[in-house]
Amino acid sequence: MKRQALTSALLRPQFAALAAVLFINWLLFPGFFTITWQDGRLFGSLIDVLNRGAPVAILAIGVTAVIATKGVDLSVGAVMAISGAVAAVMVSTGTPASIAIPVALLAGLVCGFWNGVLVTYLDIQPIIATLVLMVAGRGLAQLITEGSIVTFSDPLLSYIGTGALLGLPMPVVIALVLMIVTTLAVRRTALGLLIEAVGVNRSAARFAGISSRLLLLMVYSFAGFCAAIAGLIVAGDIRGADANNAGLWLELDAILAVVLGGTSLLGGRFSIPMSVVGALIIQAMNTGILISGFSPQFNLVVKSAVIILILVLQSPQAGQWISRRFTPLTPPPKRSAE
Amino acid sequence: MRAKAELWQAGNGGQDMAGESHPVLEARGIVKIFGQHRALDGVDFAVRPGEVHALLGENGAGKSTLIKILTGAYQPDGGEIVLDGAPVRFTDPLNAQGSGIGTVYQEVNLLPNRSVAENLFLGRQPTRFGLVQRHAIVTQATALMATYGLDIDVRAELGSYSVAVQQIVAIARAVELSGKVLVLDEPTASLDRNEVEKLFEVIAKLKARGLGIIFITHFLDQVFAVADRVTILRNGQLIGTRDLSTLTATEVVRMMLGKDLAYGHSSLPVAEAAKGPVKVTFTGLGRADRVAPFTLSLHEGEVVGVAGLLGSGRTEMARLMFGVDTADEGDITVAGKPVKIRNPAQAVMAGFGFCPEDRKLDGIFGELSVRENIIIALQAKLGWFRALQRDEQDEIAGRYADDLDIRAANHDMPVKLLSGGNQQKVILARWLANDPTFLILDEPTRGIDVGAHAEIVRTINRLREEGLALLVISSELDEVVAYSNRVVVMRDRQMVAELHGADITPAVIVAAIADNTLTPEPVT
Repeated sequence: MKRQALTSALLRPQFAALAAVLFINWLLFPGFFTITWQDGRLFGSLIDVLNRGAPVAILAIGVTAVIATKGVDLSVGAVMAISGAVAAVMVSTGTPASIAIPVALLAGLVCGFWNGVLVTYLDIQPIIATLVLMVAGRGLAQLITEGSIVTFSDPLLSYIGTGALLGLPMPVVIALVLMIVTTLAVRRTALGLLIEAVGVNRSAARFAGISSRLLLLMVYSFAGFCAAIAGLIVAGDIRGADANNAGLWLELDAILAVVLGGTSLLGGRFSIPMSVVGALIIQAMNTGILISGFSPQFNLVVKSAVIILILVLQSPQAGQWISRRFTPLTPPPKRSAE
Repeated sequence: MRAKAELWQAGNGGQDMAGESHPVLEARGIVKIFGQHRALDGVDFAVRPGEVHALLGENGAGKSTLIKILTGAYQPDGGEIVLDGAPVRFTDPLNAQGSGIGTVYQEVNLLPNRSVAENLFLGRQPTRFGLVQRHAIVTQATALMATYGLDIDVRAELGSYSVAVQQIVAIARAVELSGKVLVLDEPTASLDRNEVEKLFEVIAKLKARGLGIIFITHFLDQVFAVADRVTILRNGQLIGTRDLSTLTATEVVRMMLGKDLAYGHSSLPVAEAAKGPVKVTFTGLGRADRVAPFTLSLHEGEVVGVAGLLGSGRTEMARLMFGVDTADEGDITVAGKPVKIRNPAQAVMAGFGFCPEDRKLDGIFGELSVRENIIIALQAKLGWFRALQRDEQDEIAGRYADDLDIRAANHDMPVKLLSGGNQQKVILARWLANDPTFLILDEPTRGIDVGAHAEIVRTINRLREEGLALLVISSELDEVVAYSNRVVVMRDRQMVAELHGADITPAVIVAAIADNTLTPEPVT
């Protein structure tokens, strides 16, 4: 039974898409799957995909829950800039990173909480509520850095962006741990089901006695928290905070990753690991176009073409078409007997 | 019943002395089909110049569908519309308006941030050399408002006036633009008594001017106060068009609900003595804009039926009890202990359950599985951290699905794929899984097939025997009579009667709904 569940999970179109993109990358660049061990850590294009994809994957983990409630968070890119700015300014003025990092994470949490208040208590549509912080947040980050790029040389903060643990780049480790912890947190508790219920039908959720306000506040706060982590990674990577460019447009990549992962923008069913897979698909495409030697101008066009293809493959119509063609005529098991 | 309905229809020609005045707008044999559902099935309707014609019917009777066809919002699937003796086809509401049919809805859809004058003349401002003549607008608007008995500053924003004034402005605009027929769709729903009087004066004036007025409302007393004739629909069928001077309120209610006074006891009345101690008490619970304060106690093993027309306050009462709307005043006690219920979550904690009237909107999580739909309220009650494991979920869902005979291929399929009756049973199962002490069912049998219908009635009786306190709201009087230990009657957002024992018959209930003095037993 378990094995069957695993195979059916691996047969999802997202994995097929990821495999296809990686395969094409390999065709374009035969050394794509080569991984080497050097200076106590792994190197290679594949590791690069994971490493570069980590910030979007982390954003996507947070945004998944928001989208599952039929909301959206456009501000996560700006929140990245804020958290990076807070941490960079603090360490560059002599505050130890062990204090700066929690403060930056708290700043992200507060940003998310603000979004949650706008959505739940003022009843503003999520796209507008978070648009406020998307615009204002970047301004806020610029105020914190006073308009310049703040650089630092704090070892702990740059370790978050460039270090390695057990041979894996630190961003990959963080994303992996966050994914596992979050997935367990929503699936081992009732949170996942309650979030889905609120997303499917908020009115019915209210009638069923679900306190959707508290849930929404938490979900938006968590998205802000995740964005703050991604912001720290990006700041640590370049050893500086660039309020103008840190996380710019990444909110769109994050939303795309969630949608590629199969969570509907109409709310309801969600899967955090699949959103991470979605983020990896996006990064694999980016990396593939870069290493293939095509000029970067192709990047956006190719990316959009591939995305359209993947979304079409995921549609229920395509699913029915495929299953009509490829499934043997045995009825599915009636109920899992676990 | 059908034969009687036809008799009523046939009866309208002879009894009206002005019967020969030709209708200004007429609908003949209108049929409207949505999917497989016949929303209107061969309905005739005619409004004469200089009459106020009330259109009555319960939810789903087809009133709004008929109005939408008469005003061009829908196209009929059969039958024809005749205006001034000639067949017409309205392509859209604007087209109907241009042909002389104006509509005013309960929600005034004008521009609240523009002046009264601008609202009156929007789209047809008097101009000279292409420029709007502001002064002319103001003069004309003031004169126009005066003919409606309103002496107001027409330069002030529309939104600064009361709903009643806004409504009259909307009427004035509709009449000026159209001028033959005026449709008033629940115009009084958000007005207080004085405002209603004012509106009725305006209606009387327009009637004198020879307009045909179609008046839709849920308030029977208003129908008798202002209308000349009434047409009653039920389940998409025409029940009859009658002169109101020949009708009593009881007869109107009977036609709306399809009950015959000769009906008598449909089954053995449920013995009131069988009930146990008091489970829940609502004392003086009320909310100014929804329902007047009411007091009601429910006993263990008791079913209290709630009867009343749509808009009488029956659903509002239930929403207040369950905290969907927050009460302004009043107290709630459960098993003698006072409880605070300001939202549904608190009601669930207090052991209440509520199967809402609108299953799809307020009840069902369409994308979620049958299993999840059943355990969701229990899970919400248990909280975030005490998650029901998969095997527990399967066990609970399986138990209640068997118990209520929910027909689903498996419990992991999305609940939206089930039939209406099975969805209703899923919501019922959701509350039963929560082991409630008090359960509210709002129209539990509406829109479900006959088999599931009987099942739900059986379940209500079984739950009573198991000691639950139930409050059941229903328009189906046969049903109410069959399972209620007591019946409370709502009218005009007030609890107006409480019926016991032998008084629980459709005839007495109908009389109470219609404010007839057959068996008056006022409460508090």
